[in-house]
Amino acid sequence: MSQAATEIVRISGHAGAVPGAGLNREFSVCKLVDTTTCIGCKACEVACLEWNGYTFTETTFDNTYQTMPETAWNYWNLIKFNEHERADGTMMLLMRKDQCMHCADPGCLAACPADGAIVQYANGIVDFQEASCIGCGYCMTGCPFNIPKFNPPSRKVFKCTLCNDRVSVGLEPACIKACPTGCLHFGTKSEMKELAETRATQLREVSGFADAGVYDPAGVGGTHVIYVLHDAKNPELYGGLPRDPHIPWSVQLWKGPLKWLGNVAIFGGIVGMALHYMRFGPKKEEPIPPGEVTDTDKERRV
Amino acid sequence: MTADAVSRLSVGHQDQEKIVRYTFGERVNHWIGALSYTYLLVTGLAFWSPYLYWLAAVVGGGPTARFWHPWFGLIFTVSLFWTFKEWHRDMQIDDADRAWAKAIPDYIKNEDDKLPNVGRFNYGQKLFFWGIFYGVILLLLSGAVLWYTETLPWSLRFVRYAAILVHASVALITIGLFLIHVYMSAILEEGSFGSMIHGYVTRAWAWTFHRTWYYEVTGKSRTQR
Repeated sequence: MSQAATEIVRISGHAGAVPGAGLNREFSVCKLVDTTTCIGCKACEVACLEWNGYTFTETTFDNTYQTMPETAWNYWNLIKFNEHERADGTMMLLMRKDQCMHCADPGCLAACPADGAIVQYANGIVDFQEASCIGCGYCMTGCPFNIPKFNPPSRKVFKCTLCNDRVSVGLEPACIKACPTGCLHFGTKSEMKELAETRATQLREVSGFADAGVYDPAGVGGTHVIYVLHDAKNPELYGGLPRDPHIPWSVQLWKGPLKWLGNVAIFGGIVGMALHYMRFGPKKEEPIPPGEVTDTDKERRV
Repeated sequence: MTADAVSRLSVGHQDQEKIVRYTFGERVNHWIGALSYTYLLVTGLAFWSPYLYWLAAVVGGGPTARFWHPWFGLIFTVSLFWTFKEWHRDMQIDDADRAWAKAIPDYIKNEDDKLPNVGRFNYGQKLFFWGIFYGVILLLLSGAVLWYTETLPWSLRFVRYAAILVHASVALITIGLFLIHVYMSAILEEGSFGSMIHGYVTRAWAWTFHRTWYYEVTGKSRTQR
């Protein structure tokens, strides 16, 4: 990746050691979305469309600020709005930038049958390679966040790339660039985790949000997009963020025990049949004894 | 020649006389089903394991395999439903089958002379038929979900989860049935494979493996004997 490409190992005409030689760099990248400072301006959505070459699509109206129900194959980044009434009767407008979470343990990748259609880079980005996609839609079943979306004409599935094309040349994702409030941050996973925890502590201790916390779900091995939430105990409030996301158990069962059971049964069956033939041989017809001749036969013989 | 000698000669000759076992329609339908199942098996195994993904290349590549797999599934379903219409009466499991089932160890050991008489289809064939029949109904329902996964709303995602598991599990069961069917009819039981090509079996074959049916088609029912 770019970080490796720019790490200096030798310097001409330089006295002494190379500065930073032997440095252990963290390749793992992370996007931090601070929902508490998001104003729902949708600049990130526009930046995403512009960078990825898509045009704005028609919106729906459902009497809220929600412009469309969910992300689309050509709309990878969507602010989820929720008007939330708190216990004390006050209102909160919860806004969450929804996009691919770039799971460390990606369900889409586990479910995908096509060689090379989904790759996970060392920096944590999970990227779809549409050239290898066969359009089966298994990734949509494997994802716990409802992110991969199918494009019928091309029969391919698309989602947020975490701007892999930008990140790989040392740039921030397009959405980060566009955020006017600074609620979006980009850096290494450990940096972002630290920043998120600092902000969550501030929310708890200074701003009166006793349940504030960081959303980095362990069920999918952690994610490379993390959230700061005012109420980390109820992530569902933020446009249906799952409380404990994990690869669906049926997908785990299918890709785990069922695969072994099926393979063993198929191979065992073939071997068993070969052994049966070698031991017992073919079934051959027997001559019909004279006593078994039917009436019709006798009539015909006369 | 004595009458006895004539009788013996005739019986030997008669053994190789032909009896129609499968009509032209039954044979054509069988091979439509067999070829469509083979396509489904090849493409399905490609999606089943990365080590078998090369099979998709044999039939035109991953996207092509994904596109045609459901359509061949429909062809197979139609073929099977027609088989059901034609054969479901012959496939009813009765007391004779239950008696035969108890003697399956003899059947496995090729000691067929120890088995009770059976009709057109034996208990194993009937189990195979009903296994494929109900299996295909489940494959059709789960396959429809997988065919148009993207149209299913997120709130109904449990249907996707069920479909993916049902489709793979039932497909495995049909693969087991398919392998046994191919082994028994094309390899183990001599005369079976040809009967699905040209439609005929010999009298001796019918008498050996499907005696009740032999009595029926040669004009003398077992009860009359």
